[in-house]
Amino acid sequence: MLAIFVRRILIAIPVLFAVASITFFLIKIAPGGPFDADRAVSPQVLKNLNEAYNLDASNWEQYLDYMSALMQGDMGPSFRFPGRSVTEMIATGLPVTFELAFYAILIALVMGIFSGVLAALKRNTFLDFIPMAIAMIGICVPTFLMGPLLVLIFGINLEILPVSGWGQLPGDKILPSLTLGFAYAAYIARLSRGGMLEVLNQDFIRTARAKGLTERMIVIKHAMQGGLIPVVSFLGPAIAGLLAGSFVVETIFQIPGLGRFYVEAAFNRDYTMILGTTIFFSAMIVFFNLMSDLAALWLNPRSRDL
Amino acid sequence: MVKSKIKGFIVNNNSLWSDAIYRLSRNKAAMFGGVILILLIISAVLAPWIAPYSYSYQDLNLGASPPSSEHLLGTDILGRDLLSRILYGARISLLVGFVATGVALVIGVSWGIIAGYIGGKVDSIMMRIVDVLYGLPFIIFIILLMVIFGRNLWLLFGAIGAVEWLTMARIVRAQVIGLKNQEFVMAAKAMGVSNISMFRRHLLPNILGPIAVYATLTIPQVMLLEGFLSFLGLGIQPPMSSWGTLIKDGVESMEEYGWLLIYPGVTFTITLFALNFFGDGLRDALDPKTSDN
Repeated sequence: MLAIFVRRILIAIPVLFAVASITFFLIKIAPGGPFDADRAVSPQVLKNLNEAYNLDASNWEQYLDYMSALMQGDMGPSFRFPGRSVTEMIATGLPVTFELAFYAILIALVMGIFSGVLAALKRNTFLDFIPMAIAMIGICVPTFLMGPLLVLIFGINLEILPVSGWGQLPGDKILPSLTLGFAYAAYIARLSRGGMLEVLNQDFIRTARAKGLTERMIVIKHAMQGGLIPVVSFLGPAIAGLLAGSFVVETIFQIPGLGRFYVEAAFNRDYTMILGTTIFFSAMIVFFNLMSDLAALWLNPRSRDL
Repeated sequence: MVKSKIKGFIVNNNSLWSDAIYRLSRNKAAMFGGVILILLIISAVLAPWIAPYSYSYQDLNLGASPPSSEHLLGTDILGRDLLSRILYGARISLLVGFVATGVALVIGVSWGIIAGYIGGKVDSIMMRIVDVLYGLPFIIFIILLMVIFGRNLWLLFGAIGAVEWLTMARIVRAQVIGLKNQEFVMAAKAMGVSNISMFRRHLLPNILGPIAVYATLTIPQVMLLEGFLSFLGLGIQPPMSSWGTLIKDGVESMEEYGWLLIYPGVTFTITLFALNFFGDGLRDALDPKTSDN
């Protein structure tokens, strides 16, 4: 267990280093400088700007400077928002995005596991078909359509929930969290149904039944531990997907989170911001994948020596 | 291939594919999906001839008008016919779906066959690369590429394809490893068949089933990705339209002109349903063992 953990960390470090380097040089070869704005800048101003942002050094020097600053958590100044550093902007956006992702995962897990386990237990009845049909809808209706539809129904027609914002009006966190969580609830429902069906046919469940345990005990204590392993392994990749989903949801609901900052930086060609967030997102996702793999290992002792 | 006799009684005398087609034709959801897909592909191909207007023709006097006999699905805020834009959008959305999946197929299948067939050190290095790439947030790299190199349609195909090949490589590798030790492959090797014709004549035909299934299930994912990028304004650029851009435009004016969101949204969703149903049906038909039911 510890050996696997150490080995994975040892792989993760050079990977992140490579990601940072590749992104850095990709941005260097991007056509157009960061200050090719709509209005022309006088040569003197441009020179000062380049000096201020250390752009007159050679690419190699800039790279070394950037990497050594990165080690200390400094991702340089934003090109578009003078006076704000990238690290600072990530620090303001991150809590918002985390909160959104947390509610979304919570909704996805509760809805998904509940309906998936129920569907597996009541196989081939209405309690199986209806949740699975809804799950199919959740998979086929993309977030960028689900969000606006929810806004249209609950925000504009029924006028019961705010249509945008985060933490300003009561209930304005409901629609974004639902939008983001619903697609994952659908996947989790399908995964937990599949996993439960597989486990419920196994011998140890029959033994548990023969021992005279109650059905509730069998499901909660014995079946779910094995049946939900696919869900746990899915959580790592799901976090990566949640991130992409947060781009959309934060844009639709105008939430000042990291996802929206990233999309705006992409539009404004705020290169330092793009570079910083890319590295940060990569690190986060590598970390969450690691965690979800370890959790799956912990739940399934048989795969430990693989 | 599936010629088997039980007690002298011929159970099944069909090839794998005709057997699969038979099973597929019995699956109503899959057939329904297939029919919708064929209709969509035909109308996308024929869009320049069957669309009532050009995708960029504007009737500014009209503005956004609800569905009428002139404009069956209404017009957008610039007075462009929505039905025509959806039809032309189908060209782009389906093209992205198919081309990017094609790119993913070529990379994934070659990678998987080479890793699986050669095995040993080469295999473990190649698969470790796949593992590492799996753990990275690729959506961000696609956005990065689009920002750096401009929003080019072909770049979009390539970038999405370059992301989606990883699972394909894993599937193909597992299949090839299973085949590698079978007698006919060893016999072919003993007869001195070259690596290239081994891939082409012996390995590839035997893994076409899983490849076809996974490819069908990759297309909707790719289309979702394109829709996602276009929705953020980082994909297809106006005046061209894909379903993603139409949904984006629809969202901007959904309060007053709901139909601009509803029709493209419904089209997109139905297409994804159709592709998923067809893909699931194909999987069940080719390999009944893995079926959920």
